[in-house]
Amino acid sequence: MTRHVVARAADLPPGTRKRVSVENRDIVVLNIKGELFALSDKCPHKGASLCNGLLTGLVRSSVPGEYQYERQGEILRCPWHQWEFDVRTGRSYCDPRRLRLMQFPVAVETGASVVEGPYKAETFNVAVEDDYIVLDVPS
Amino acid sequence: MSADWKGAIDCDVHPHVPNIDALKAHMNDYWRETVEVRGITAFESVAYPLNAPITMRPDWRGDKDKGRKRADTDPSRTAAALMDRHGFAHSILNCLYAVQLIRDENMAAAFCRAVNDWMRADWLDRDPRYRASIVLPLQNPELAVEEIERCAADKRFVQVLALAMGEVPLGKSQFWPVWKAAEKHGLAIGIHAGSSYHHATTGSGWPSYYLEDYAAQSLAFHTQLGSFIAEGVFVKFPRLKLVLIESGVTWIGPYLWRLSKFWRGVRLEVPWIDRSPIEFVRDHVRLTIQPFDAPASGETVGRLMDQLQSDEMLLFASDFPHWQFDNDDMMPVGINPTLRKKILIDNPLATYSRLGGSHAA
Repeated sequence: MTRHVVARAADLPPGTRKRVSVENRDIVVLNIKGELFALSDKCPHKGASLCNGLLTGLVRSSVPGEYQYERQGEILRCPWHQWEFDVRTGRSYCDPRRLRLMQFPVAVETGASVVEGPYKAETFNVAVEDDYIVLDVPS
Repeated sequence: MSADWKGAIDCDVHPHVPNIDALKAHMNDYWRETVEVRGITAFESVAYPLNAPITMRPDWRGDKDKGRKRADTDPSRTAAALMDRHGFAHSILNCLYAVQLIRDENMAAAFCRAVNDWMRADWLDRDPRYRASIVLPLQNPELAVEEIERCAADKRFVQVLALAMGEVPLGKSQFWPVWKAAEKHGLAIGIHAGSSYHHATTGSGWPSYYLEDYAAQSLAFHTQLGSFIAEGVFVKFPRLKLVLIESGVTWIGPYLWRLSKFWRGVRLEVPWIDRSPIEFVRDHVRLTIQPFDAPASGETVGRLMDQLQSDEMLLFASDFPHWQFDNDDMMPVGINPTLRKKILIDNPLATYSRLGGSHAA
């Protein structure tokens, strides 16, 4: 596992997302109400980039005509065929055992700790006073 | 009698109402006089034109010269051709007298009562092996519920019967009181090929020829199956079994592929369908095996079984007297002995809970 600095925390405020390429993987990093999620950006169905997909809630029902709508903004839908993926588990709704997105540990680290390393941050000039988003990605 | 068929349950046999007098005997004074005064002679639809080959196998047709009635008007001749000849345990009667065509809801209910009582008196009472489906006036769901309640005490009724083409798709909630009554009494829902002819027989309009009409039946089954799944009928009534009768069978694989594929993207509009539609179909839907649309190579059977991933969905049926096979070739090619036994006996018993206590294989 290698730790990668992928963005300045200030550049990914709540409600935004960013697609990054690390270790030959495309990864979408989402900030949902201040909570960070990092998932494979490639839909396991036909390979679409999920970064531009809708974020919706989870609708469930145990009786026809009744709708339980919960966890608003935590379901990422593929822009091509609208399959749903749970940002907390990476699992699809339609086939949760077989169709799932790889998840990556993601955290905000201080500039001071990032400067100490060992981190890969080829594209950044890290400043001690800023915070950074750091991904753990298998190399 | 052949050991190959012993104990089988024939899930689709068509008794034919010989003439209007047979029904008048089961009508009250008002409806009997109405039939006479208006000069109503029959309600026969064009679904099975008398001279179309499909309508009756040649050896089951009537013959005036020999003084022989068509076999499907005669419970003894029908029993001889099926249960006596092969040793079937039961034949389930699905009467296709065209009560569904009647526009007047009350007249439809009167004719349904007459048909059901005629089946009881002229068929069920004549041979203890017969079972039957309750014909319903679905023109009015309340009247359909009344007819179920009137007939359900007679355990020889094992199913309620609808046609593949009515006025609106059968899964819609206006029919739920009917399906609720069916579930309560342990009756399966049978949908048989056919139309009320209240709408065109295809979604694209009226075809010109019988060929088109008969071939298009399977498309109506697509619609009904989709409706039962999407409306959540099986979520609402989890003990229901739906039997698709004379549907052709092999269309279901590609259709389930489409239904399950599109569900993945638009399941938010039907969130009560919380697993792939094909799983509901495995649990609740059954198909009778005549006709079975496939070449005689056997490959199609194997492919269908791969698609369905279930050996519990097929039910044996002769579709008597419709001409679907010659001689005794009632079983599609490619069915192994284990599956064959399930189709003949186990699957019908699991589908029709009312057969349970009476089955003597």
